[in-house]
Amino acid sequence: MSVFGDLVGQERAVAVLQKAAAAAADAVAGGRGTGMTHAWLFTGPPGSGRSNAARAFAAALLCPDQGCGHCDACHQVDVGSHPDVTWVRPEGLSYSAKQTRDLVLKGAGAPTLGRWRIVLFEDADRATEAAANALLKAIEEPPPRTVWLLCAPSPDDMIITIRSRCRVVTLRTPSTEAVVNVLMTRDDVPPDTALFAARAAQGHIGRARRLALDEEVRRRREDVLSIPKSLSGVGDCITAAERLVKTSTADADAATTALNEVETTELRQVYGEGSSGKGLNKGLVRGGAGALKELETMQKSRATRIKRDSLDLALLDLVAFYRDVLAVQFGAQVELANEDRRHEVETLARNSSPVDTLRRTDAIMLCRERLAANVNPQIAVEAMALALRDPNLV
Amino acid sequence: MLPDMANPAPVTLVVGDEEFLVDRAVGSIVSAVRGTDPEAEVHDLVGGKVEIGELTRLASPSLFEDRSVVVIRSAQDLQKDVIAEIVKYTAHPADDTVLILAHPGGVKGKALVEGVKKAGAEVVTVAKPTKPGERLDFIKAEVRRHGRTIAPAAAQALLDAVGSDLRELAAACGQLAFDTSGKNIDEAAVARYHRGRAEVTGFAISDLAVEGRLGEALEQLRWAVATGVAPVLIVSALAGGLRSLAKVGGAPRNLRGAQLAGHVGMPPWKIDRVKRQLSGWGPEGISIAMQAVASADEQVKGAGTDPAYALERAVQVIAASRTGR
Repeated sequence: MSVFGDLVGQERAVAVLQKAAAAAADAVAGGRGTGMTHAWLFTGPPGSGRSNAARAFAAALLCPDQGCGHCDACHQVDVGSHPDVTWVRPEGLSYSAKQTRDLVLKGAGAPTLGRWRIVLFEDADRATEAAANALLKAIEEPPPRTVWLLCAPSPDDMIITIRSRCRVVTLRTPSTEAVVNVLMTRDDVPPDTALFAARAAQGHIGRARRLALDEEVRRRREDVLSIPKSLSGVGDCITAAERLVKTSTADADAATTALNEVETTELRQVYGEGSSGKGLNKGLVRGGAGALKELETMQKSRATRIKRDSLDLALLDLVAFYRDVLAVQFGAQVELANEDRRHEVETLARNSSPVDTLRRTDAIMLCRERLAANVNPQIAVEAMALALRDPNLV
Repeated sequence: MLPDMANPAPVTLVVGDEEFLVDRAVGSIVSAVRGTDPEAEVHDLVGGKVEIGELTRLASPSLFEDRSVVVIRSAQDLQKDVIAEIVKYTAHPADDTVLILAHPGGVKGKALVEGVKKAGAEVVTVAKPTKPGERLDFIKAEVRRHGRTIAPAAAQALLDAVGSDLRELAAACGQLAFDTSGKNIDEAAVARYHRGRAEVTGFAISDLAVEGRLGEALEQLRWAVATGVAPVLIVSALAGGLRSLAKVGGAPRNLRGAQLAGHVGMPPWKIDRVKRQLSGWGPEGISIAMQAVASADEQVKGAGTDPAYALERAVQVIAASRTGR
């Protein structure tokens, strides 16, 4: 199977990328390489497979057969061990100019295996403005064999000077049928579960797969979607908010605790802790404390991001719920994301007005904005829950 | 425990992390020595800079048989070899020298503490007052040192006005004793020299706001902002107050006592207070007030230009959301 086989419902983008890969192969062979370019921006809604598309394209560039999917190069790109692919995944809240400068330096080298040097920057929208400007220099005057692959939700997330120097590949939200098809053929998910997961994830393939395969993820979604009908008193709102925030904190803890410990121990060892032998310093050598502090800051930023992402996922599930309510209220003939909760959706649609529903949606969106602006999550979610209970008060 | 003034021990270890009290303990020993011999020489050393042999040199008898006092502060930073030297010295101290070691407690330099204790040094522990009651006791004792007494209400007023820094409190007590006449220092005397509040917690503001005492709440808020309490802490205290209202108010009616405490996750004494505060609050009021707090948090985190305005606005909305029914 070609490396592009993983991209679901993205026929147009795949055609563009395959053509570029062919041109790139021509350039490697000494031709003019018309149709290939040095900077690409992959955009599309969350879950449409931006980084997968970028990875597939990277494999196609490095593979002698333009992405056969079974040679060494394709495999190495797939598992992330190819020496010519620098893979950047910002883990913290933002990506700094300093990090970007290091990245530019790495990207400036000649390819070790003779085809292309590729920098794959996932979530390039996390780059700060200063970082984006540092990146701009590299994208403006690239070395002949370096290719930048940036991923961002929308072209507008990148500063205009970068945008104008990249070729944009737009990925679309895959249709429910396409997602169902993938889940059934690739993960052997039973048809009804696949349909449920594809609808609930609204085109986010990764989320659909997690929903279909992981009982815990499904349970979490049930929890979140049970919130709207549980908000009868103000006490319930506070409790629901508390639960949401706690769950996201637990998520962050689960994802980071073990990792943090390993990283800290490794860094301490690097700075000489536990070294034995005559004349050796037993404690940290000079600079160790500073490095540890830097690591701690990074770890904290990463935990905050995981917490926010987890909370955001829950809020998006809620938005989808109210969107369904609105669809029913307006009698729109669209597929409901929460088909499994049609009864609840219809009840709420009857008992409230479209104005209420829109206000509730606004409250959720306001909460998302506040979370991004660093507002205390508990306060933001509490305010949202209270607004969901009685939307007229906002 | 205060050291024996008349006849200081040859080696004294002062343990405690409140700098002022340590200073005072050290100072009292030094002045006791000076009392018997005004010519006594005082060597004030800092732990990290003491070198090997320095103590031996300072403690060795001088030509004129003067007494000397060696003070080593931050004794936790002493080098291992110096510690060994000091412990050895403690077992056989010189006649004419008084050694005072100040150690903040804690694990660092524990070898010194244990070593000199075993070798027979006098140990003076100075405890930092942490509770408000202990601080009041400190004020009373301080005033008594100047041969005066202070009324409990006056002591409280002084504590409110000056804050909890012991050095400042002691200075204020000394100044009051100097400036006022009569045996007892009363509230009026304190009020003449001190007014306002040095420390306001967000919780005090929050309590006043949810009780609908807008004027007092704003006054406290301004004090808090003026004395540099972080706006974020005030917002979170306001949110906490409203959260308690919502939790206790929204709890099932049939829960009582420990069951209720378990349900809302608050200690019983707090539930009692929240229940009193609940009068006049309805669900709508709590919702509106909470929105105001959320937007205030956003404002103080950079969405607005003036945190003080955002806080005042939040406090006003909270007080106004209480309908008084």
